[in-house]
Amino acid sequence: MDSRVWDNRAWLFVVPVMAFVLFSSLIPMMTVVNYSFQDSMGQNSFFWNGPGWFQNLLDPTTAVGARFQGALLRNFAFSFTVLAIEIPLGIAVALCIPKSGWRVGAVLVAIALPLLIPYNVVGTIWQLFSRTDIGLLGVALGRSGVPFNVTQNAGSAWAVIVLMDVWHWTSMVALLCYAGLKAIPDAYYQAARIDGANRWSVFRNIELPKLRKVLVIAMLLRFMGSFMIYTEPFTVTGGGPGEDTSFLSIDLVKMALGQVDLGNAAAYSLVYNLITLTVCWMFFTYTTHADSKDVA
Amino acid sequence: MDSLSDAVAWMAWTWQTVLFFAALAACLAGLTALAVYRPETPHVGVLGFATTRGDRFFVSLLLSAFIFVGFIRFGGQDFTWPGLAALAATALMFRFA
Repeated sequence: MDSRVWDNRAWLFVVPVMAFVLFSSLIPMMTVVNYSFQDSMGQNSFFWNGPGWFQNLLDPTTAVGARFQGALLRNFAFSFTVLAIEIPLGIAVALCIPKSGWRVGAVLVAIALPLLIPYNVVGTIWQLFSRTDIGLLGVALGRSGVPFNVTQNAGSAWAVIVLMDVWHWTSMVALLCYAGLKAIPDAYYQAARIDGANRWSVFRNIELPKLRKVLVIAMLLRFMGSFMIYTEPFTVTGGGPGEDTSFLSIDLVKMALGQVDLGNAAAYSLVYNLITLTVCWMFFTYTTHADSKDVA
Repeated sequence: MDSLSDAVAWMAWTWQTVLFFAALAACLAGLTALAVYRPETPHVGVLGFATTRGDRFFVSLLLSAFIFVGFIRFGGQDFTWPGLAALAATALMFRFA
């Protein structure tokens, strides 16, 4: 018999945090919802606009709608490009990390270094690196005859931004995969040796299935990271040339803080938030249910 | 409604948004009360993993938001239809998820 008293009063300790989150995040977010349904002529006087801003935003034939659709498609293209490179590369790097000995520590520290650099510093490093007058990459490419200019050529700008993200974040995928690989019991490898399995079938039938969970987590984390990216591309290209690297957050900041177009920006951020919230929910659901038997 | 509008106008609130968030808060309070007085066992439905009432409520809210966004995206004008669709989606979610 369980004689403990059923008492949930410890939850009251959460109340101060709840109150703070309400004050710092939830009520300001509700204000965004209010902006999205009203128009203003300044002087903090608002009038009801109904679903007008949302109709404007979601109609690609309007100026704002075209901007939103463009930024959304660019952002999806960026996220999928980055995932398509970082996930396979991260697995490959993880497979090359030594499993034991003094080299493990050295390699892990070296791999983790890019993760420790602040976003704006990463952006500045790559901005300087790709400059055509003083940057090593820009000058080297220019001298070898490759048409490369981040400020004028969309292809160059995209290449630098994708390369920068790969440089910054592949380490995280590799470290997650390495942890997943280390968790595979040796018995699997012994069984594979007895069966005479080659390296490819060990990878295909043992390592890859065992990495499934960490790979889903890595993919969701990298999707969120690249879908909400702001600082790094903003530092390197400022969203240009033209609008070619204006991802959602860059475009949204321009609209909300540059043009003070509150109604459109509020509708924009709510639809953007809906997408990130959905992916967050998938991430949360997967991580909380992946280990339990309740997955059908 | 006018006095409510005046009381919340300084932070650009409107009575419509106040009602929306109040209804949301009431739902959360109701779910909390249900969780305390009528505890439940999560069960596996069409989503493929165990859900509680809270999960089903959250998924219903997300679905409703996507229904409205999709409706506006394709130029719909009469919001009765996505409203009914959202209610139907919520009912299906609570029944089958």
